[in-house]
Amino acid sequence: MTNEIKMTLLDAPQEVWLRVIEFKDKDLQDKLAGHGLFIGDRLRVLREAPLSGPFMIDLNGRQIALGRKVVKNILVETV
Amino acid sequence: MKFALVGQPNCGKSTLFNQVAGYKAETGNFSGTTVAFTESQVRVMGEVVEIVDLPGCYSLRGTNPAEQEAARYLSSCDINAVIDVADASHLASALELTLELLSLNKPMILALNMMDEAARLGLHINGPALQTELGIPVLPLVASKGRGVKGLFSKALEAGNNPNGKVQQARREDSNDAITRHALAMEIAQKFTTQGERRTSWQDRLDDLLLHPFWGYAVLLIVLLGFFEAVYGLGQLIESPILAFFNHLTSILLSPLSQGSFFYEVALGVMQGIAAGVAIVLPYLLPFLFGLGVLEDVGYLPRIAFLMDAFMHRIGLHGKAIVPFILGYGCNVPAVMSTRTLEEPRDRYMAAALATLVPCAARLAVVFGLVAFYLGPLAAFALYIFNLLVIALTGRILSSLNPENTPGLILEMPSYRMPTFKNIFAKAWFRVREFVVEAWPILIVGSAVLAGLDYFHIASIFNWLIRPLTWVMGLPAQVGVPLIFGILRKELSLVMLGQALGTTNFASALSTTQMVTYATFVMFYVPCLATLSVLRRELGTRAMFSVAALTVVIGLVAALLARGVAIIL
Repeated sequence: MTNEIKMTLLDAPQEVWLRVIEFKDKDLQDKLAGHGLFIGDRLRVLREAPLSGPFMIDLNGRQIALGRKVVKNILVETV
Repeated sequence: MKFALVGQPNCGKSTLFNQVAGYKAETGNFSGTTVAFTESQVRVMGEVVEIVDLPGCYSLRGTNPAEQEAARYLSSCDINAVIDVADASHLASALELTLELLSLNKPMILALNMMDEAARLGLHINGPALQTELGIPVLPLVASKGRGVKGLFSKALEAGNNPNGKVQQARREDSNDAITRHALAMEIAQKFTTQGERRTSWQDRLDDLLLHPFWGYAVLLIVLLGFFEAVYGLGQLIESPILAFFNHLTSILLSPLSQGSFFYEVALGVMQGIAAGVAIVLPYLLPFLFGLGVLEDVGYLPRIAFLMDAFMHRIGLHGKAIVPFILGYGCNVPAVMSTRTLEEPRDRYMAAALATLVPCAARLAVVFGLVAFYLGPLAAFALYIFNLLVIALTGRILSSLNPENTPGLILEMPSYRMPTFKNIFAKAWFRVREFVVEAWPILIVGSAVLAGLDYFHIASIFNWLIRPLTWVMGLPAQVGVPLIFGILRKELSLVMLGQALGTTNFASALSTTQMVTYATFVMFYVPCLATLSVLRRELGTRAMFSVAALTVVIGLVAALLARGVAIIL
């Protein structure tokens, strides 16, 4: 579909619903799976901490803080 | 009969456990408060059962030691029933673990905890339908208020007594891997949950303030400063009258003994030990533990982790490692234990080493009793800031030797919760009792032993042994004994200081500079015996010795720096 934009979560705008399409790092994929975050999940960025701090995401009503290193390894597309 | 409480982090397992067992497990409103399992025997409907509170785990695959511990326990121990505690407000995520637990093929009960929270979010869960779907009893629960606890355990008893009525396993075959389980859990949660109106969004608005790029830090500073001032204010109010009372009591009790005799000196030592215990616990430790309990239960600590993640990276760790640091202000032992929730061994070592530099409540007593009492609260506060700088610098040096290679922060934010007085009180008592039962007797005996050593002039040998160190710092030789005994319990460095100097009015025996130097050294050098032993258990003997050596070097450098600053000022 043409109106879907792919990007890393780091570049994603806040308050926009996104879908996870890929994890760039296999280790990270396992770690996030342990926290209930998988490919295909819908999420949005709620806020970010200053000074290159972490992102807060909304995943099914759960709020999860993800550090920059995590965020830049998650590929998403807009829903 | 044995029940295991299993569930994801921060779903209220320990709260439930404490409801039935009395306060025996540490609880707090953030992930990973429980890192080892706690067992207790309780009486349920006339039957004695054993309950195990396992560390929280998102799955049984064991991505960190706390999860491994839970998985190992479940697979190796004989459990009559599994009580799966789920956070009802995050059902989809909780069901993933439930589906995994079903495959253990043990009698099981699903407890939907935090039903009040779910209701506030406008979630309605169709319990009976969920029960049919999963094939196990599903019961609602509000563990923090004790609602549904009785029903839950009688159901567990029923399940445990009827091992043939095992799970029907309707879902077992199609939930073998994590991704399928995830999808299935989501599907089930959606099927049996209806989303009504969210009653309030005050939690979001509170987060807008507390996590704000500017105001968030302002509030954090105010909270920590207010906390500090409150502890100091209360402590100061109570400490002087208590000490005055004990001085009076001592002079009455010791009047039959002749001054200067062996028995007089030892009895004086005992009285000073008792007085010091009371003067440490009541004024400073109690308000501190109450305050820490409130911060923990409200759910503020993970917010601090979120705010501080960027700073923590600058000292080579990530935001989750803030938890050991904050716990460290209470006691270094749980602080070192809580490093188990970190995934990488390198992070665990770094966090543990740095957390032992955090002045615990016992060292707080030394700083407050010496620096704040004689030089004012600002001087004590400055010392705490200095402590943070030293920790930051140490972190930088350590991480330049061993660079960071972690996947970064992944931390669940819990909802804010109103702390219950009962839980805060029980938690404070749980921690104070440890001091009263374990540390206080050592304080009293230590104080008496020192008095005896002093009487026979044996103390001077210890003082002579450690003299190079005290000489460099410009401290009187007598402080050697309190420093050596301070390794047993940190409080001894204050209590025995009175003994060693022959007066509890420290200002008459030590100069301002000496007080600052001494307090700074005590803040950093060798963690107490209990912390050393837990370091050894968690990280190994080599790590324990390297941390101990590191802290002596840091303590010495920091004390010399503080001495220099104090002389200039």
